[in-house]
Amino acid sequence: MEGIISTILKYLAVFATGGALCLIGQLLINYTKLTPARILVLFLVLGVILQAVGVYQAVVDFGNAGATIPIIGFGYSLAKGAMEGAKIGFLEAISGGFKAVTIGIDSAIFFAYIFSLIFRSRTKKC
Amino acid sequence: MRIGRHTFEYQNRPEVIETSAIAGPQEMDGPFKNYFKYYLTDDTFGQDTFEKAEREMMVFVIKNVLEKSKLNSADVDVFIGGDLLNQIISTSYAIRQFSIPYLGIYSACATYVEAMLIAAAMVDSGFRKNAICCTSSHFSSAERQYRFPLELGTMRTPGSQWTVSGSGACLISKSKEKKYPYLKYATIGRVVDYGIEDTNNMGAAMAPACADTIYHHFKETGLTLSDYDKIVTGDLGILGSNILIDLLAEKGYDIGGMHMDCGAEIYTHKPRLHQGGSGAAASALVFNCFLFDKLLKGEYRRILFVATGALLSPTATFQGDSIPGIAHSVAIHAPNY
Repeated sequence: MEGIISTILKYLAVFATGGALCLIGQLLINYTKLTPARILVLFLVLGVILQAVGVYQAVVDFGNAGATIPIIGFGYSLAKGAMEGAKIGFLEAISGGFKAVTIGIDSAIFFAYIFSLIFRSRTKKC
Repeated sequence: MRIGRHTFEYQNRPEVIETSAIAGPQEMDGPFKNYFKYYLTDDTFGQDTFEKAEREMMVFVIKNVLEKSKLNSADVDVFIGGDLLNQIISTSYAIRQFSIPYLGIYSACATYVEAMLIAAAMVDSGFRKNAICCTSSHFSSAERQYRFPLELGTMRTPGSQWTVSGSGACLISKSKEKKYPYLKYATIGRVVDYGIEDTNNMGAAMAPACADTIYHHFKETGLTLSDYDKIVTGDLGILGSNILIDLLAEKGYDIGGMHMDCGAEIYTHKPRLHQGGSGAAASALVFNCFLFDKLLKGEYRRILFVATGALLSPTATFQGDSIPGIAHSVAIHAPNY
């Protein structure tokens, strides 16, 4: 029973964290003139900065996938990889960030290619 | 005949003899569905790309307007048209199979009225006998041209409008019977730019130009609002329409009760499309299918048809420039008025 409750609480934390990040994005779309592309980059850079100053790890510990799946989590991974690499040496500080996000980039390219072969783009329904 | 710096009056009754339009699937679901005779169920129109689909819609309406007016392409002296894609490819590629003398024009979504204005002037003066005006737009090709490719899946902002998919063409000529709606006045707009930089808020960028053109029409002709049944704007959307009404009220013209915006009206069934429709086809579809019908039956006696255009280019936008707005108007009268 206790296990079930802690699982539910964990899921709620993930949902709340991801939802809160999306809420910030929606507010930026509604109330600022920022284009979607700029909002995307803003989130990514924010992830890097927050991890660099040591804040974002706490958010990830609380929200797990809710904090790592949005694009801000990509920035977090970049910074985290670079910081871990820096413990080894200067070159690793540069390559560490890339190593950490390789899976994200590679799978994006791979699946985009596969899906572009299978499907055709069409006008979205609204 | 020259009336003022912006406005002239046609002397010899150039008439809109015939119109044709084809609507996209989403437009067909909306409030004008009973007026659209031709429509697409699949917005690719059987083509590989959206750009080719847009072109095919144009070919369809050109053929259809020729057929309905019982003319061959050899009877047409001039074809005036434009669209929203770079180098106006929809129009230039659609017209190449017809071998009609061709003038390609661009005023974004004001293109249809600009084409009518020029065509009617040529017919009025006797320089041309039969002129066809045509425009098109397509949601998916316009998104790729002006904003982001659909594949990026970006969110839409509340100020945004949805580009109308469709194409419309009309034949302007003079008839012996004089039983068709005719063009009486034309007002050429000037570029007005209030410094709006948000490409997702084109209604706000175009409204000042629209107000400027309407104001000059009334000032130069000396007509009053009561001379018209409707003031029809192209694609200001809901937000842009409200700005227009406010701007004209400041100048002493209260058009609230007689204003209609083609873009705002076309998607009243879909609030998720935010401010309504936009695009060169918005005004062409609503005029060709709805307003032309109303004028022909005399249900509207006189309308002021003002199409609005946002003359932005992605290159200028990327360089941080604001959006220049334009609006042209033609006054169209029912046969007996």
